[in-house]
Amino acid sequence: MPDDLAPYDTPQHRDETAVAGMWLFLASEVLLFGGLFLVVLVYSHTRRAGWIMGVRHTNLIIGSINTLLLLTSSAMYTLAVVAARAGRARRIIAPALGAAGLGVAFLGLKSWEWHLEFSEHLFPGAGFSISGPDAGGAQLFYSFYFLSTALHGLHMLVGIGLILWVCYRMARRRGQPVPVIPVEVVGLYWSFVDLVWILLFPVLYLVGRV
Amino acid sequence: MSMAPMADSANGYLWQDGTLRSWLLTTDHKRIALLYMASITAFFILGGVGAALIRLQLLVPAGAILSDETYSRMFTLHGVVMVWLFLVPSIPVTLGNFLVPLMLGARDLAFPRLNLLSWYLFVMAGMLVVYGLFRGGLETGWTFYTPLSTDYTQGHVLPVVAGVFLSGFSSIATGVNFIISIHQLRAPGMTWYRLPLMLWALYATSVIFVLATPVLSITLVLLAFEHFFHVGVFDPALGGDPLLFQHLFWFYSHPAVYIMILPGMGVISEVVSTFCHKPVFGYRFVAWSSISIASIGFLVWGHHMFVAGTSLYAAVVFSMLSFLVSVPSAIKVFNWLGTMHGGAIRLDAPMLYAMGFIGLFTVGGLTGLFLASLASDVHLTQTYFVVAHFHYIMVGGMVSAYFAGLHYWWPKITGRMYPEMWGRTAAGLLFFGFNLTFFPQFLLGYEGMPRRYATYPAQFQVLNVLSSAGASILALAYILPLVYFAWSLLRGARASDNPWQATGLEWRTSSPPPTENFAHVPVVNHDAYDYAALDQANRAASQEPPHA
Amino acid sequence: MSWLPEASGHATRVDVLLAGLLLISLAVLGLVFGLMVLNIIRFRVGSGVPVSHEAVVHKSWGFEIGWTVATLVIFFALFIWAARLYVVGFQPPSGAIQIYVTGRQWMWKVQYPGGQREINALHVPLGRPVQLLMTSEDVIHDFSIPVLRIKHDVLPGRYQSLWFIATRPGSFRFYCTQFCGIGHSRMTGTLVVLSSTEYADWLDHTPASGSLATAGEMLFIHNGCSGCHVSGRYAPDAQDTSRAPSMVGLYGSLVPGPDGRPVRVDGGFLHDAILHVGPARTPQANYTTTMPSFRGVLGEDDLAALVAYIQTLSPSVPAGMGAAAVTARDGG
Repeated sequence: MPDDLAPYDTPQHRDETAVAGMWLFLASEVLLFGGLFLVVLVYSHTRRAGWIMGVRHTNLIIGSINTLLLLTSSAMYTLAVVAARAGRARRIIAPALGAAGLGVAFLGLKSWEWHLEFSEHLFPGAGFSISGPDAGGAQLFYSFYFLSTALHGLHMLVGIGLILWVCYRMARRRGQPVPVIPVEVVGLYWSFVDLVWILLFPVLYLVGRV
Repeated sequence: MSMAPMADSANGYLWQDGTLRSWLLTTDHKRIALLYMASITAFFILGGVGAALIRLQLLVPAGAILSDETYSRMFTLHGVVMVWLFLVPSIPVTLGNFLVPLMLGARDLAFPRLNLLSWYLFVMAGMLVVYGLFRGGLETGWTFYTPLSTDYTQGHVLPVVAGVFLSGFSSIATGVNFIISIHQLRAPGMTWYRLPLMLWALYATSVIFVLATPVLSITLVLLAFEHFFHVGVFDPALGGDPLLFQHLFWFYSHPAVYIMILPGMGVISEVVSTFCHKPVFGYRFVAWSSISIASIGFLVWGHHMFVAGTSLYAAVVFSMLSFLVSVPSAIKVFNWLGTMHGGAIRLDAPMLYAMGFIGLFTVGGLTGLFLASLASDVHLTQTYFVVAHFHYIMVGGMVSAYFAGLHYWWPKITGRMYPEMWGRTAAGLLFFGFNLTFFPQFLLGYEGMPRRYATYPAQFQVLNVLSSAGASILALAYILPLVYFAWSLLRGARASDNPWQATGLEWRTSSPPPTENFAHVPVVNHDAYDYAALDQANRAASQEPPHA
Repeated sequence: MSWLPEASGHATRVDVLLAGLLLISLAVLGLVFGLMVLNIIRFRVGSGVPVSHEAVVHKSWGFEIGWTVATLVIFFALFIWAARLYVVGFQPPSGAIQIYVTGRQWMWKVQYPGGQREINALHVPLGRPVQLLMTSEDVIHDFSIPVLRIKHDVLPGRYQSLWFIATRPGSFRFYCTQFCGIGHSRMTGTLVVLSSTEYADWLDHTPASGSLATAGEMLFIHNGCSGCHVSGRYAPDAQDTSRAPSMVGLYGSLVPGPDGRPVRVDGGFLHDAILHVGPARTPQANYTTTMPSFRGVLGEDDLAALVAYIQTLSPSVPAGMGAAAVTARDGG
């Protein structure tokens, strides 16, 4: 019994356990964003007019570019996972760094978008720029907009950190057998962050726009 | 497999490396369990002091010692600390952490470092809450209803909410760890239907940890966002809907009630079986009743809102589901009674606590029917009837179960026996003091005394004084075990490996267990609670000729 | 200790339901405790009954299905019974008297169709349907009348409704039962059920719009005066005069002045005492709290209203009593 493996029986057993743990954690994350989407579901019906007014004020161009960036980033990271499975350490770092770079670009664009919105006084509260009878619904939309993009951005930051950590480990272990599982587990997380955005994008930019 | 007691416990996990550093950086689930035990005991004492001040205040109709404001802050402290820093973590993080790998026949939990992280998160959460409370606290009740908590309170909402938020992540980490461990780390031969019922209960609890806690987290984020920026999320003045907060809050907090009782039911199944020396009656029914409580428990949150302004249709549906969720609990009680029938019953302290649990939990469950019934709920909700009802479940049930478990596994955890006579005395005191404290509150509730009142009409004084008198006995029943457990650590008799003649895998290693839990990975070749096999092994060990 | 009276037909029906629940609970409790005690007596170690280790899995199915079905049937019957009662209670009959109730930290404002207003009191006629339309100005409150066995949350921004037919004359307590901040336990009041003639009489003799004293009463509560000063009406349980002097009968009475000589309390005295101006203040040492100055908080209109309210707490003293009148009486 190799004691350094404890509490696992075999390396394969350990890897399966790690992947299972990540899936379960993601299930928990789904419920976290689930609560947020429930708020959307309620307010986009009860305060429909104002909500739609909010949607129309979002910046569709930046949102679309960001969606493309994030999808490309996920695809690139998948290349890293494929390389890890094939045992080619050298082919991991470049696409992983690319994925992280696109993530940083996403965050950069997002913060510029935030900056634009702040200067247009779209942050809810006193001095909110949308007025009229439906302003309350629009404020609720922007409460949700800032909160959800902030939460998603936080997840992006964590994801980028994890990818950099994987790259660092790969760089240090040059020449040794490639540990596939960290690459895969981080890939699961990165895809989840991508998926959340795929759901957020239509809710924030599209539904009710036309 | 060594059945002989260890001559020297120096090999046990407790004393292997005594430095503070080795404790604070440990990834051993047994040591983390003890770290947790120390923390939740501290929080239990803090919450208990809050309760004592509340009962003192209510001795006199005009309020004996506290101003309205201090009183409001005190019951908020009591609620927040007891729910999130004691009851929710209590059995899972102490006994559960200690026992899950031992019962599975594993060397540790699936993610030992995550386990340590969860303790640090918990301690940070606790410190944030305590910081908020000692800066002056907040007067919202543990339910944080909006818009009181967002726009009308002068209290320190943010640190307390941040603390509860963090403690949620600690819970999620524990839940993930337990579920994955039970799936992945079962010893050879340990099939699902051979798992001790404690593990079924902890599995069901963990499902709630993982799936309900994140909803609370996001709700608290929304609450903090509204409170901090004064923008609309739930406040009707800003366009929001305060009922939405209640829906989200209870979507977590009702399942959380099952977080607070399911592990207790698991402990009772173990204790009743051991002290009747008989397999649990209807093993599969008890196992699946845990799972069905956890699943139906997600669908009954609306019964906290029968008078809150939800629709008629919703109220009727939630009422029916609430009746449904109490069926599996009833099944458990009947099965425990069935287990006792035909057993060889020993009334040691753990069994006395377990009997207390069954009685008090039954009262709590039956009074739950009064609140699941729509028309009677309208009269009784928000009164002391509700306070009494959930204390019967949480204190009469969960705290009794926690003490039952502590006494039962104390020899395994510490390698020492607790003094039996004192244990039985404390169990009796708990039962008596508890009933004296909370039974009068049912009557108060029927009479219409609202909860969370700092002052009350004079006609309620007699029952309030009775309740406060009971609370002082209850306090004694809590302090007593603290004293004799501490004493037994130093002076208690050495415990054998299996002092209760129980069947779980945890009793097949030394007391206290070595760091690696088992000298050899155990192989399981019979069902849980197979006392016939245990007796046979004992007879073989003592070289006695088998009886005909 | 008096048992809680039933003041409506609905209350009686709820009590019957509660009695039914209680009987079933007692039966189950008797069964559980009975079996527990019997098992302990019969099967405890040393009782001589042999232990059977046989797995009872096969025998258990009958029991399991039996008690599961029995529990389900009983629970379903209870559910139907209670739900019917609740659903009926939801629909107010036509022709009910509509009374508006507004919750606010920490008082209940009640308005009648004829324009009458009062605070922390609700007058209703005997035997006629009454519908309460309730809303809140700030946080969530809950209007609860135990003798009628009804309550409902009161939310800001929308109307909630309760209805009842009171069948028993008398004065009963109502409460706020949703925690609404530090003054929560003071947010109670009295339901007065009057016969039809008495009710009509009461309506006639209640001012149709907010009088100065009513406005003063609201200020008295909302500015926290009632947290320390007993007023006899607001927070009816408050009898504690250790924090501050009682307002009951204060107006027109003699109190020790700063130089030890007695001073009669009049409008000017109250005005100065609230603002902390002038010499006319009672020495502080007798009370556990110190009253803050309300200068800059309350305007002169507010002060006039407060003084008018405090006057109504001394019904035997003529309302128009001024400084001159006091002097004259003292002299005479």
